[in-house]
Amino acid sequence: MTTLGIDLGTTHTAVATEGEDGSVVVVDLPQLVARGSVEARPLLPSFLYLAHESDGPQALPWDETRTFSVGEGARARGLDAPTRVIASAKSWLSHAGVDRRSALLPREAAEDVERLSPVEVSWRYLEHVAEALKHGRGIDAASADVVLTVPASFDAAARELTVEAALAAGLENVTLLEEPQAALYAWLARRGDAWRKDLRVGDVVLVVDVGGGTTDFSAIAVREDDGALALERVAVGQHILLGGDNMDLFLAHVCEEKLDQELGPFERAGLLFACRAAKEALLADGGPDAVPITVAKRGAKLLGGTLRTELTRDEIARIILEGFFPSVELGTQPIARPRAALRSMGLPYADDAAITRHLSGFLTRQATASGGEGPILRPTRVLFNGGVMKSTRLRERLLGALNGWLAAVGAEPARELEGAHYDLAVARGALAFGLARKGRGVRIRGGTARSYYVGIEGNAPAIPGVEPPLDLLCVAPFGMEEGSASEMQSAELGVVVGEPVRFRFFGSSVRRDDASGARFSKRRAQDVDELAPIEVTLPEGERTLGDVVPVYLRSELTEVGTLKLFAVPHAPKKDGERWEIELSVRE
Amino acid sequence: MSFPARLFFAWACFFRVLFDGAFAARANLVRDALPPAPAPVPEPVKEVKEAPKPEKRAPASIDAALQLLALLQREGRFVDFLEQDITTFPDADVGTAARVVHEGCRRALHGHGKVEPIHEAEEGKKVDVPSGFDAATLKLVGNVSGKGPYRGTLQHRGWRVVGLSLPEGLAGFDATIVAPAEVEL
Repeated sequence: MTTLGIDLGTTHTAVATEGEDGSVVVVDLPQLVARGSVEARPLLPSFLYLAHESDGPQALPWDETRTFSVGEGARARGLDAPTRVIASAKSWLSHAGVDRRSALLPREAAEDVERLSPVEVSWRYLEHVAEALKHGRGIDAASADVVLTVPASFDAAARELTVEAALAAGLENVTLLEEPQAALYAWLARRGDAWRKDLRVGDVVLVVDVGGGTTDFSAIAVREDDGALALERVAVGQHILLGGDNMDLFLAHVCEEKLDQELGPFERAGLLFACRAAKEALLADGGPDAVPITVAKRGAKLLGGTLRTELTRDEIARIILEGFFPSVELGTQPIARPRAALRSMGLPYADDAAITRHLSGFLTRQATASGGEGPILRPTRVLFNGGVMKSTRLRERLLGALNGWLAAVGAEPARELEGAHYDLAVARGALAFGLARKGRGVRIRGGTARSYYVGIEGNAPAIPGVEPPLDLLCVAPFGMEEGSASEMQSAELGVVVGEPVRFRFFGSSVRRDDASGARFSKRRAQDVDELAPIEVTLPEGERTLGDVVPVYLRSELTEVGTLKLFAVPHAPKKDGERWEIELSVRE
Repeated sequence: MSFPARLFFAWACFFRVLFDGAFAARANLVRDALPPAPAPVPEPVKEVKEAPKPEKRAPASIDAALQLLALLQREGRFVDFLEQDITTFPDADVGTAARVVHEGCRRALHGHGKVEPIHEAEEGKKVDVPSGFDAATLKLVGNVSGKGPYRGTLQHRGWRVVGLSLPEGLAGFDATIVAPAEVEL
């Protein structure tokens, strides 16, 4: 069976498969690059353009009548018809504040544009990948063994929705894998057996993944298991919507001020492009002291209207290094802006642009994740991933910050794991994991990166202005393994037949010791985050409408990597009677 | 076949063809049926990388040329630049515009194939050209006379495009539109 590794990224999608000689091949994906022009490229930009009728069909070699397009052509159309282009669908997929199955993208579209849900957009990307594989290489993705990557910070609902999108796209055998783990798998595959020399028992690998739109941290510990080295993912960070795009935007903003001219969206996009190239040149070792930035105006007349400014090495140092990678004290937490009363329903972008502060926050929050004493988690190795991390200067900056904190607690400095493949590691690593599952290579263990809780209202007389006390019932412990299940028989709940019953749902990425069935007051737990609510409806049929049925909860972690919750009746009317609880409900 | 073996075979055939009528007729049939001998392969020229020999010449496609033009316009405003009268603009303006065109067209070109020099020596240096060099990759200029090997000054390193892949044009689209007009609503 063909194995495929798919990196469904916020800004780009990439696919890896096994070549005939067993090597890893990143597949070129045919896509529309401009009107009537198809090209196969290794990266499929995660953009979707909803064509206007005047555009005609967005024809592909395998579909002449398509009304939307995915990939480079869609990304480019985003410059001149931004209200019809969907970007960052993946960030919406993990946004618990909206109903992710409802057609809400693009946000700024006019009334007559047919919108799509974040789930459908992801489905369309994966569908394009499947079609491109079939058209370009004759690979049948439907029957292939597909490893699909998700951010480590994706909660149970976002994972479930990702699988829903994959199934809709016709991918029948999907397994989820956390992106930082995929990056480490790629590194392991590249090192071959030599990795056993690079890592020793007691090592903690910090994976720092800074992509275009998101930043993701994970910690993976090296343990000993029956005399052999074993890897275990011990901590994951929070979902941080902050990445290389923020840096380019900031640079473009600085240049726009220097140009002292109002730019249109087209010019601004050109400026952004120029700033990205300038950033890469200026951050490179031995790069130039200044890079000219030129921005062409829209019309056919190129001369006379083209604007010119420049970015210098000093400016890059000030803007990128001081703005995004400032030196911060041990234990600093990211700054959270006070929330305005009326907050638009946009994406929850990170308030704090400093990646070093987010890293410091992660290490402090996860201080005891690998059994240490604190006050911070002490990584011994660092694996960098993501396009931004291609810059040696930025890697050194982050490593320097980390080693400063480690020195402050008297720990040995951490070393970088060399030989990373910053851009395509996640797709490659997903493939390596797919092959490792077939018994060829080491596996990282870990289970769920969070513990999950259902909120149960206590029985107390109502007091005006005071929220009734809420108990949290642990339904899935931290590190719950794929293929396992647990039942919370002690907590009896009543569900009304025919009426949707909704529960509040919570998760924690630090409460490692709660067993399933543990119950405690929410007031005593500071370290749980509320997730989108969950809902179950008992259908009529065996039972009478309006009856109250006593049930208990059962949780399962599927082999795919998704969490399933069920309401099971204490007195079943038939064998195996149970009802699935839907994750992520939101109006 | 070694030379002595060939000599013996030729000798034997010579006499049999001369004196054995039936053998001569059969040999003639075989000779006619033989595929044409492959052209002698010229010795590769030293210092000049061997060009991959094209299997057959691709039919000249105006579509591919238009796709390339559209690509250079899209990424580097190539047609805009060529079509504007630049005579009245000061060099600074031309320079600024040239950066846009250079950066974009270079990105487009490098993103779709590799351009590499044919001769590795530095321009202006003396180089040796053996006799029987590949005339497709190297051209003698100046006082061209005599038989090889030659010695001369490298004037231009030459360029070769490797693995160029252009966007595939779709049926039903007019490739002569290298950039549509744009009207903002």
